[in-house]
Amino acid sequence: MSPVTVPKFIGARIKRKEDPRLITGRATYTDDIVLPRMAYVKIVRSTEAHAKLQTVNVAAAKLRPGVIAVITGEDVKDRIAPLPVAHKIADLKVPPHYALARGEVHHVGEAIVAVIAETAAQATDAAEHVVVDYAPLPVVTDVEKAAGGAPFVHADLGTNVAFAFPLKAGDPDAQLARAPVRLKQRIMNQRLIPVAIEPRCVVADYDAGYQKLTLTSTTQIPHLLRLLLGAVLSLPEHKIRVVAPEVGGGFGSKLNFYPEEVLLAHLSQRLGRPLKWTETRTEGFLSTIHGRDQLADVEIGADQDGRLLALKVRLWQDLGAYHQLLTPVIPTLTVLMLPGCYTVKDIEVHLEGVFTNKTPTDAYRGAGRPEATFIIERAMDLIADATGKDPAEVRRINFPPANAFPFVTATGLAYDSGNYQGSLDKLIANAGYAALRKEQVAKRAKGELMGIGLTTYVEVCGLGPSAAMPAGGWEACELEVRRSGKIVVKTGSSPHGQGEETTFAQIAADGFGLTPDDVEVVHGDTDAVAEGIGTFGSRNQAVGGAALARCVETVRTKARRIAAHLLEASVDDIVFADGKLFPKGVPAKAKTFMDIVNVAYLADQLPQEIEPGLSAVHFFEPTNFTFPFGAHLAVVDVDQETGKVTLRRYVAVDDCGKIINPMIVEGQLHGGIAQGVAQALFEEAIYDANGQLVTGELMDYAVPKATFLPSWELDHTVTASPVNVLGAKGVGEAGTIASASAIMNAVVDALKPFGVKHMDMPAKSERVWRAMQGGAR
Amino acid sequence: MATITLTINGTRRTDTVDPRLLLVQYLREVCRLTGAHVGCETSICGACTVDIDGRAVKSCTALAVQCDGSSVTTIEGLATDGKLHPLQEAFWSEHGLQCGFCTPGMIMSARALLAADRNPSEAAIRHGLEGNLCRCTGYHNIVRAVQAAARAMGQEARA
Amino acid sequence: MIPSAFEYHRASSLSNALALLAEHGEKAKVLAGGHSLLPMLKLRLASPPHLIDVGGVAELRAIARTRDGLVIGALASHADVAASSEVRASHRGLAEAAAAIGDMQVRNRGTIGGSLAHADPAADYPAAVLAFNAEIVARGPKGTRAIKAADFFQGLFTSALRANELITEVRFPETDGAGSAYEKFEQPASGFAVVGVCAQVRLDSSKTVRAVRLAATGVSDRPVRLTAMENLLGGKPWSDQALEAAARQADADLKKVREDLYAKEDYRRHLLRVVARRAAARAVA
Repeated sequence: MSPVTVPKFIGARIKRKEDPRLITGRATYTDDIVLPRMAYVKIVRSTEAHAKLQTVNVAAAKLRPGVIAVITGEDVKDRIAPLPVAHKIADLKVPPHYALARGEVHHVGEAIVAVIAETAAQATDAAEHVVVDYAPLPVVTDVEKAAGGAPFVHADLGTNVAFAFPLKAGDPDAQLARAPVRLKQRIMNQRLIPVAIEPRCVVADYDAGYQKLTLTSTTQIPHLLRLLLGAVLSLPEHKIRVVAPEVGGGFGSKLNFYPEEVLLAHLSQRLGRPLKWTETRTEGFLSTIHGRDQLADVEIGADQDGRLLALKVRLWQDLGAYHQLLTPVIPTLTVLMLPGCYTVKDIEVHLEGVFTNKTPTDAYRGAGRPEATFIIERAMDLIADATGKDPAEVRRINFPPANAFPFVTATGLAYDSGNYQGSLDKLIANAGYAALRKEQVAKRAKGELMGIGLTTYVEVCGLGPSAAMPAGGWEACELEVRRSGKIVVKTGSSPHGQGEETTFAQIAADGFGLTPDDVEVVHGDTDAVAEGIGTFGSRNQAVGGAALARCVETVRTKARRIAAHLLEASVDDIVFADGKLFPKGVPAKAKTFMDIVNVAYLADQLPQEIEPGLSAVHFFEPTNFTFPFGAHLAVVDVDQETGKVTLRRYVAVDDCGKIINPMIVEGQLHGGIAQGVAQALFEEAIYDANGQLVTGELMDYAVPKATFLPSWELDHTVTASPVNVLGAKGVGEAGTIASASAIMNAVVDALKPFGVKHMDMPAKSERVWRAMQGGAR
Repeated sequence: MATITLTINGTRRTDTVDPRLLLVQYLREVCRLTGAHVGCETSICGACTVDIDGRAVKSCTALAVQCDGSSVTTIEGLATDGKLHPLQEAFWSEHGLQCGFCTPGMIMSARALLAADRNPSEAAIRHGLEGNLCRCTGYHNIVRAVQAAARAMGQEARA
Repeated sequence: MIPSAFEYHRASSLSNALALLAEHGEKAKVLAGGHSLLPMLKLRLASPPHLIDVGGVAELRAIARTRDGLVIGALASHADVAASSEVRASHRGLAEAAAAIGDMQVRNRGTIGGSLAHADPAADYPAAVLAFNAEIVARGPKGTRAIKAADFFQGLFTSALRANELITEVRFPETDGAGSAYEKFEQPASGFAVVGVCAQVRLDSSKTVRAVRLAATGVSDRPVRLTAMENLLGGKPWSDQALEAAARQADADLKKVREDLYAKEDYRRHLLRVVARRAAARAVA
C-alpha cells in the first residue's frame, strides 16, 4: 500500500532544504548559543587511569578571578544519581558511574571537578589551580588479561567480566570435526575514536520562575535525553525541554547520556545561571565514547567447495571503564550478525564484555555490525585461500537463494528480503572483475603488488521492534495541515546531517500533491515534538519515515471523508491523486486539497461526525528489523618498498530498499565507506600500559584527509522491505559496515606473494612492510 | 586589553579585546559571526578557515590582535546582494555537505584554491583541501562541488 | 583552547623587536606566523608571560638574490617560498620542502623563521637548510651572527638561538647548477615527516658527482647529514646502481634513530634508505 498514486518527489534527486542556512554560515549549532547571564564550565579530568582520589583541593581555584563555584563529586552526591545503562542483558554487572568521580577514578579523562566562572577563559585559568592528589592503583588495558582476573577495574565487582552472552545453534563441534577444511584466526577490530567534527557542547538553562529546565545539547536523541535527565535528577519530565539544534555529526558518539549533560542541568538549577560547556578536541578524545575494540578468536569449518559448515567464535568486547548508555548492547549485535549473508547453520559464539581502564566504548557508526562483517568476510577469504577458489565463488555458494526470503539465520534473525546474487553480479560487472584479475596477474609477474578485495554484507537496521530494543524501537510523528494548506511534520527522528528535512518533505509532499517547499519538517526540540526515540541504527526512513507515512495516510483518509461528504459520494469511491479529490471516474467534479483544508478549518460545512481540523499523530512500531545488503570491491596498490597502501578504486552496489532521495542515499554511502576505509587503513586509538591514550589528538590520530581517498563508484539494486510501507531499509551505516573488510581483503590479496593470510587493522605502512619481511602479525 | 580595527566582510569595526583572544573567538563571540567553527586546537581540522587579506587562514591559529588592520572575509560575507557565491551554489547542488559543520571552512578553502587555480584537477582539489577535515561526505561530493563551481566561475568570467 | 594570559607587544620595527626582546628576554616568546607557537599556547604546553609579535616587521619578509646567495627573510611564509620562482630556479628542494609543510592554510601563515626557531625534529625545513648548507642569521643585542645550519639545531626543540635573539633571515649559498629535491614519507595525521630527505647533487658534464649534500629530518632529535651516503656518491660516476648501493648506507652514520607510533627504528632506517634514494634520484632528474 503506497500512500500516493504517482510519486513525484519520492525517488527524486532534489536539493536539500536544510542547506541554505548551512552554506551561508547562518545555522545555529549548540556552541553558537549565547544566553543572558550565561556562565562557563570547565571540567577537571583525571590524568590517571586508575587511582584513589586522596584529596581534591579546590580552595585555590575558588579564589581565582571570575569563579562562581567549584564543584566536586561529593558536592553533588545527593543530587545526581549514577548514569544509567539501557540494556536487556541478564545479570549485567553495573558499577556506579557518577557524573563527577567519587573516591576513585577508572580512566584517564574521567570528570572530577567542575569549575564555573563568568568567562570561559576564567574557568580554564581557574581549573589549573585545582589540585588532585592521586594514589595510583593497578591499571589493566588488555582485554584478555582483564578477562582473566585481577587487577580489577572495579574492585567491588570482583571481576572485570560484566556479562557473558553465549549463543549456539546446530552442532558446530560435530561439523568442525567433519569439515575437510579447518581454519583458525585471531581477528581484532581495533579501538576507534568517532571524531564528529563538531565537538560536544551543552547549554543548560534552568528557569526558576517556570521551574523548567531547557537543555540544549549536541545529541542524536533529545527525547531519550529528556527522559533520562528527569530520572537522574528527579525532575518532572514535563518540566524539561531538550533541544538538539544543528548537530555537527554524531556517528553514534552523540547517541548517549553524558556526565556533562546531567551535570550542567543540575548546576544551572543550583547556581541560578545559564551554563555552557564546550568540549575541546583533546578533551573529547578522552571523554566522548570510543568505538569497536573487540577481539575475536575464530574457528572455521568448510568443505572443499568453499561451503561454510561451522563457525565458532569467542569474542571479547573491551567496554572501557564504565557502561555508557548502550555499551554492553553493541557487541550483542556482532553476535547476531556473525552469519552474515550466508546459510551456515552450525554456529557457536561466546561473548564476554570486559572492563578495562580506558574510555568507555559504545555505538560508533555500524555499532557491532562492522565487527561481524569483518569477521565473516575475512573468514570467506580465508576459505577461498584454503580451497583455492575465487572469493566471489565462495560467497556465491554460501548465499541463500533469492526466493528463500524471509530467511531465518543460524542466530535467529529473519532477514526481511534480499537478493545477494543480484548485487554481487552487478558489482562483478561494474568493477570489471575479470579484467582486474587479469591486470593483477600481469602486475604480479612484474613484481608489483595489487590487491582486489570483495565483501558481500548484510546489516541489521531500522532499529527496531521494541521487543528487541532496550528503550523502545518505535518512532513518533505528527503531521499538521495548516489553514493555508501548508504542512508541518514533527518527527521524533533527530537528524544531524542525514537530510530528513528534505526526504520527509518529499514523502509528505507526494501525499497531498504539494511540493517539498510546502512542507516544514520540525525536529530536535521536545517542546515542539512530543515524543520520539532518535537517530541511530539507520532507522530514520525505515521507522521515522514509516511513522510519517502513517500520518500521511490518516490525513488523506480524513480528507477523503470530507470530500465524500461534500461530493455526496461514498468515501471508498473518492480518489485522492495529485492534490485533487474526486469520485472515481468523475475528475471534473474534483475538489482541490485546499478546498478540503478550508472546509476542515472553517468547519461550517462539516457534519457532526467529522471533527474540525486536519492532522494526525502516529507511533510506528516495526514488526521486524530491516536488512540492507550489498557487495563492495576495493582495489589497492601496495608500495613494496615502503608498505604504503593506496586505495585505487572502490566499487559498491548497495540495496537499501526503496530510495526516497538518491542523492542523499549516495551521500550516506560515500561518508560511510570513508569511515570504513579509515578503520582499515588509518585510524587506531592506542593506549599504553599505564592507560594513557597515546593517540590523544588529531596530530596523532589519522582521520582521513581528502588526499587519502579516491572517488567512489556507486550503484544499487532495489529490493523493497516488507517491514514498512515505504519499502525502505536504511543506509546510514551500510558503507562503514561493508568497506573495512573489502579493503583488508584487498590488502591481504595484494600481499599473497608473501604468504600473508591475515592482517590486523589499520594496514598502516609499517605493519604492511613488516608483513612483507615475514613478520606478519 | 588591546584596541584593534579590522574590516570584517567589508565593514570596519574597532573593538577592545583580550590579547589572548583568538581570531575565531573574536569572530564568533565579539562579531557574533558563528559561521567559522572550532573543531580542534591543533590546526588540523580547518573548520575555522577564513580569508585574511586574500589568503585562507585557520582563524583558530591567529590572535585577533595579530590581525589588527587586516581585512577578513568569512562565510557570511560570500553571498552578495542575496546571491549565493558559485561555491555555495555548487555545494548545495552537488550535495557537498551533510551535517554542515565543516562546510564554511571547506568553502573558504575551496575559494582560495580556485583563486590560485581556476581549473584544478581532482588531485589538485584534494590537495588544496588537505587542511579541512570532513567526516560526513567522504569528500566525494565536495570534490564534485568544487569542480562544478570552477566550471560556473569560468563561465561567469567568460560571459 | 584558550591560552594563558600574556602581555602582548607588537614590534614596530626590527630594532623595536630587539629592544622588546632585550627587555623581556627569557619571559618572552616571539610570535611570527604563530603556527608552531599558538597550538602550544592553546594546549597550555607553554605559557609565556610576554608575546612579542614581529609579524608587522615588513623588512623581514623579502626573498632576494644577493651577494650572500639566496636570502629568505625570516617572515617569508611557506607559501611564499614554495611559490617563489627565484627559489624554484636554484633551490628546488627548498621550494619542495616548503610546499610539503602542513596544508594550504598553514603554509599561508607559517614562516621559515618561526619553523626553524621551533626546531621540531620532524619539520621539513631543517632538512633543506642543512642540505643547502644555509646560514641562519640571528640578531641580538650584540649584533648579528650567522649560524651554520649544522650548528643551529642542537636537539629536540632546541636551537642555538639565544633568548634575546631574533632570526632575521636565512642565507642559502648558490648551488652552482646543482639539482635538488625534497622527498618526504609523511605521518598521515600530522603531515610531519616520518622521514624527509633533502638532496642536493651536482654532476659534471661526464655525469660524475662533483658535489652532494643529503640531509634528513624525522630520524633523530635534529636534522642529520647522511655523510656515509654522500661519501659513497662523491667524486664517482653517477648511475642508478651507484645510487642504489649508496642509499643502502644512508643510515650508516646514525647511531640512534627516533621511534614513534608510525615507525620503529628498523622501519625508519629502511624508510630513510628509500627516501634518500628517491630524493637523490629526483635531484638529478
